Amino acid sequence: MSAQSNTNWSRRSLFRAAAGMAAAGTLAACGGNNGRGGGSGSGTQLTQMFHAYGEAGVEQAVKRYPTAYKAANVTTQWITSSDYESKLFATLLTKSAPDVFEFHPQIQMVKSGQVADLSDIINPVKDDFNPADIKSHTVDGKIYGVRMIDDPQFFFYRPSLFEKAGVKVPETLDELIEISAKLTTSKMKGLYLGNDLHAIISPLIWSAGADTLDDKNQIAYHTPGVVEGLKKMRKLFTSGDLLLGAPTDYWDPSALNQGLCAIQFCGMWAMPQFQKALGDDIGIFPFPKTVDSGKQSVYNGGWSMFVNAKGDHVDAAKEYVKWLWIDQKKDQEDFATSYGFHIPPRTSIAASATKLKSGLPAEGVKLFNEFGHFDNIGWTQAMIQASWDVLANCVRKSGDPEKALDQCDTTVNRELKKLFG
Amino acid sequence: MSTTTTRDLANPAPAKASQARPRRGLRGSRTLNFWLFISPFLIGLIVFVYVPIGWSLYLSFFDARFTVTPDKFVGFDNYTYMLTDPKFVGSLGTFTVFAAFIVPTTWAVSLGLALLVNRIRFMRAFFRSVFFLPTACSYVAASLIWKMSIFSGVRFGLLNTVLGWFGVDSVAWLASPSPPWYWLVIVTLRLWLQSGFYMILFLAALQNIPGELYEAAAIDGAKRGWQTFRYITLPQLRATSTAVVLLLLIAAYQAFDEFYNLLDKTTWGRPPLVELYATALGTSQDYGAGSAGAVILTLLIIIVTLFQGKIMGFGRGEESK
Repeated sequence: MSAQSNTNWSRRSLFRAAAGMAAAGTLAACGGNNGRGGGSGSGTQLTQMFHAYGEAGVEQAVKRYPTAYKAANVTTQWITSSDYESKLFATLLTKSAPDVFEFHPQIQMVKSGQVADLSDIINPVKDDFNPADIKSHTVDGKIYGVRMIDDPQFFFYRPSLFEKAGVKVPETLDELIEISAKLTTSKMKGLYLGNDLHAIISPLIWSAGADTLDDKNQIAYHTPGVVEGLKKMRKLFTSGDLLLGAPTDYWDPSALNQGLCAIQFCGMWAMPQFQKALGDDIGIFPFPKTVDSGKQSVYNGGWSMFVNAKGDHVDAAKEYVKWLWIDQKKDQEDFATSYGFHIPPRTSIAASATKLKSGLPAEGVKLFNEFGHFDNIGWTQAMIQASWDVLANCVRKSGDPEKALDQCDTTVNRELKKLFG
Repeated sequence: MSTTTTRDLANPAPAKASQARPRRGLRGSRTLNFWLFISPFLIGLIVFVYVPIGWSLYLSFFDARFTVTPDKFVGFDNYTYMLTDPKFVGSLGTFTVFAAFIVPTTWAVSLGLALLVNRIRFMRAFFRSVFFLPTACSYVAASLIWKMSIFSGVRFGLLNTVLGWFGVDSVAWLASPSPPWYWLVIVTLRLWLQSGFYMILFLAALQNIPGELYEAAAIDGAKRGWQTFRYITLPQLRATSTAVVLLLLIAAYQAFDEFYNLLDKTTWGRPPLVELYATALGTSQDYGAGSAGAVILTLLIIIVTLFQGKIMGFGRGEESK
């Protein structure tokens, strides 16, 4: 009997203990795993956030550089999801926001006080940077980010296939559409622009002689040339000569390397992988003229380092960014040329980067200089998204280009009004 | 309430219970135990469900861009913006089409499977497990398999290979909305993942139908097959069917994973949750408008659910049996 009540008692206390442990466990779990490391090192804890680069070795390099930094212990958040910007924006609102992060120059980050003014660390070496990279990071005379790499985007093609089909490098969009048809076989599509085409919208606008925004931050993309270009793109999209639904997106060299297409829109970063897979059988050309009055163009994308102005360690973070991305030139060159190919934004490093001096990389640098368009800091992610919707609405869907651009205008104007009043 | 009854059930020697009584004291009080057991879940519910709902309501009246602690009150601006936003309104249409199709289809397929598996005489356990197994697969993993191997747009995608045998050109299933092949991808995916689970529910209900009913029907001259199914089986499944339809509708409301993973940068095929995710957590980080949309959606769901309960009589399930 007493044995029975004892059993009862102990069962009850067991439950109590279990409930207590469960509650404690839940609370403890809240504290852990916020990406800030164990806090074993001395000094400040900093977190840096990077999107996942596709080239082997970049992740290790990014984690290796800060190990030589003594003033703070830096941990890395390596974001593998395909929508880095969403992840970044959302994380910045939380307590586990990174102290420094890579992104593109966009003015809403400045207006919302999200990124810190880095003028004081950049100004001493300002003349060593590509002036266009300084301009694209400047708002009201203050510089908000340190450019790490410039990534021109253009077409890669296989000259042997061009020869076989008897076609030459296209200079207009019409020619591109024409040769895509000639290069298409039962086993291979002529052209690959990425599964959702979004990467080519800005080049399409520039090559039509238009621009995203003008100097006064007003819409400059809504022109007859762009409308004509969109109509041509619709023709290309429905022609059956375009590779669609490929396993990898435009930024990955696999589509061309695996013989799924003869021409692929990609970026300078993938050049070493193209060369490794195809040897000499690889060439590049800029985005052709959308209309005859336009000019060929190249999007000079890239990544920059920003400091989270709302973080707990703004000064320590600035120190770290200065140390790595201003002072450590060896690491900067390693980052730009040892994995994928990127153009170093600093003249002194570009001058010593021998890998970019000859052959195809040198041609890439030439396209970058001759046809390149840099980021406009006023062209924000929401506007970029709206321009992607234009492609979805009138190229992938059989919509009217005018209507699609009108819709884009509404969104862009709403953003412009919020940003510039 | 039935305090004594429960104790009697738990402890069938009431005479000795007095011995244990002093031990209970304060620690053993029912109220304390109640809170002890309830509080972990209650705290979780409050912190992770009710506070966010309240916060969302608060945000929906503010200009909350790139912040969740806004200070600019804008009244109903966010609501008017969302209700006039063609994307959000369009997403409600997308959802309606999706639900109108997926709910009856899944209902029919899982009922069909249940009838087949119920009839089968050999390898019963095998077939039940095989159809139920996909339920254990995550939507994200399944989406990737559907996107990259079965419905891949390249010539070596599974379906394109099959089409190739008949000399049909490769189809880029997910690239373009016309023809809307993407619905085929989404619907087959959801059917594969869901039917097995609802099949089990139907199977349980089928086995609960008393055999006498069928015998009586047979004696009265009902033909086997359609007639018996229509007048015996289906009415007997009414309660389960109602529950299944309700669960399917809820699952359809929550549709997100496969749309998010299958359709890249589209302006079509976006149910409300994907649209709200894009508004609030996407590129424009408009938490105000996103929250307003969430509130609108919640109201719609409440109305539809109440309406459905009235029509199908969810609460009357027992009587109608």
